[in-house]
Amino acid sequence: MFDALSYDFVLRALVAGAVTGLAAPAIGTYLVQRRLSLLGDGIGHISVTGVALGLLTGTSPTWTAIAMAVLGAVVIEVIRATGKASGDVALALIFYGGIAGGLMLVSFAGNGAVRLNTYLFGSIVSISRADVWVTVILALVVIGLCVALMPQLFSVANDEDFARTTGLSVRFYNVLISVLAAVSVSVAMRTVGLLLVSALMVIPVATAQQFARGFRVTMLSAMAAGLLASVIGVGTSAYVDVPPGATIVLVALAGFAVTAPVGLVLQRRRTARVPFDLTAEPEPHRVEEAHRHRHGPGCGHVGVEHGDHIDYIHNGHRHAVHGGHYDEH
Amino acid sequence: MSVVEITGGGVSLGGRPILRDIGLRVEQGEVVALLGANGSGKSTLVKAAVGLLPLSAGTARLFGEPVADFGAWDRIGYVPQRSTITQGVPATVREVVAAGRLARRRPFLPATAADRRAVTEALESVGLADRAQQTVSTLSGGQQQRVLMARTLAGGPELLLLDEPLAGVDLISQHAMADALEARARAGATIVVVLHELGPFEPLIGRTVVLREGRVVYDGAPTGLLGLSHDVHCEPVEQAAAVVPPLRGPLGEEG
Repeated sequence: MFDALSYDFVLRALVAGAVTGLAAPAIGTYLVQRRLSLLGDGIGHISVTGVALGLLTGTSPTWTAIAMAVLGAVVIEVIRATGKASGDVALALIFYGGIAGGLMLVSFAGNGAVRLNTYLFGSIVSISRADVWVTVILALVVIGLCVALMPQLFSVANDEDFARTTGLSVRFYNVLISVLAAVSVSVAMRTVGLLLVSALMVIPVATAQQFARGFRVTMLSAMAAGLLASVIGVGTSAYVDVPPGATIVLVALAGFAVTAPVGLVLQRRRTARVPFDLTAEPEPHRVEEAHRHRHGPGCGHVGVEHGDHIDYIHNGHRHAVHGGHYDEH
Repeated sequence: MSVVEITGGGVSLGGRPILRDIGLRVEQGEVVALLGANGSGKSTLVKAAVGLLPLSAGTARLFGEPVADFGAWDRIGYVPQRSTITQGVPATVREVVAAGRLARRRPFLPATAADRRAVTEALESVGLADRAQQTVSTLSGGQQQRVLMARTLAGGPELLLLDEPLAGVDLISQHAMADALEARARAGATIVVVLHELGPFEPLIGRTVVLREGRVVYDGAPTGLLGLSHDVHCEPVEQAAAVVPPLRGPLGEEG
């Protein structure tokens, strides 16, 4: 049985977990769209230095972590946007510099190392009342912007060049996505922990896009999946002595594993609707013999695109031009 | 006032000059085909015209405004040659096409009835109304190209710039796109379209500009090119095998 105190901390952890479970996949959907699935991981590494700075100087690690995370996210976005060939390596340098710097700083902070652990892997007993408020407010900001600016953020993430020709400031929205990702990392570090935060941004999205047909549905389903994983993970962690971060991520992965077969069937059914399966092995070379008719526009046969050429439907089978003859496709 | 005006335009990519001393004026209501061999700079010219690539020399104006200061993006409609719409998270056809309305929408405000109607009409005009809720990546290449065109048409632009909309596209889609463009042209839109061959767009085209190695080598009536696109497919079977139509005479082939 819980006494009043332990009931209180479970409640705080559940609230923090719930808003985290909603916010992380919301911004994660844009990261997956932009093929930056691992950005959250990088920002998490950088935040370690922020947390260590807070522990060392005695200020709130939440705020120092947010400051470092936002700074790191903007630097990463600038490196990405300038498109330097060495950008990939530059990012690695920043990530490892962040985590090594944090570990070094925290070693000066006496018992800081123990407290750092609660930020690295999440801990539901260390969340104070003030922490919950900060977490809820920041999470609501992230969720609010991710949903309210969905048309603009989607367009920029979906096709940057086109978005530019509709007058959208691509740079502004890209930086916004990075900053929101940084804020959600700081939000998530109390429950999931800095080292596993990226998982909560990506796994629910991966689960959702197995069966969702559109972007909006993917995002909303991912948020639902994230909420479920977070609440189950934190709840389990309150009853059994297991770290919340690992539990949340394992629950999220279990959700993916359970829905994977459904997704596979749906995917098959969808590919069947694509005019031609271009991934299939081409049939052995079969030449249509003695073909007098020349296929072309207006030749009376229906033309269908097939990879880089056009096949013509001829008596129920497909003809493709090859050299001086037609192949059967 | 010209709709598109490029004077002494030069573009360099990675230090290599792609366009040199380009002069191009397109007046309101014109339908212009940009032709030329691969690598002649057609796509680069269109991108420079809408400000996606910076000019290294000369000036580019849209509706009389320098491109760098241009703000009336609802008047412009760009259709890219390749797009990233099928990558990453799945998106429905309707979601992609709705992005074409953003020049007319403000952040934080929901789509109006007019926005939704414009998206529906754009989908109908390219014959994809029944695919609105389908995932874009499950469409054929030609249908995806039609989605790109619908996205641009949804914005109701006065100037359309299309970069090779027919490349690798099936005949059904080619004709669907030609019909949609014809409707826009009749409504008074100005159209600049990059093409390899005139194809089903031929009746629309009022003027052709041919590029060769980054320079304009022909600018005038398409008469000199008429029939070329048809010949390619109607010639004996042996020659039809050449997928890329040979470009001769004013099109910039040697000899």
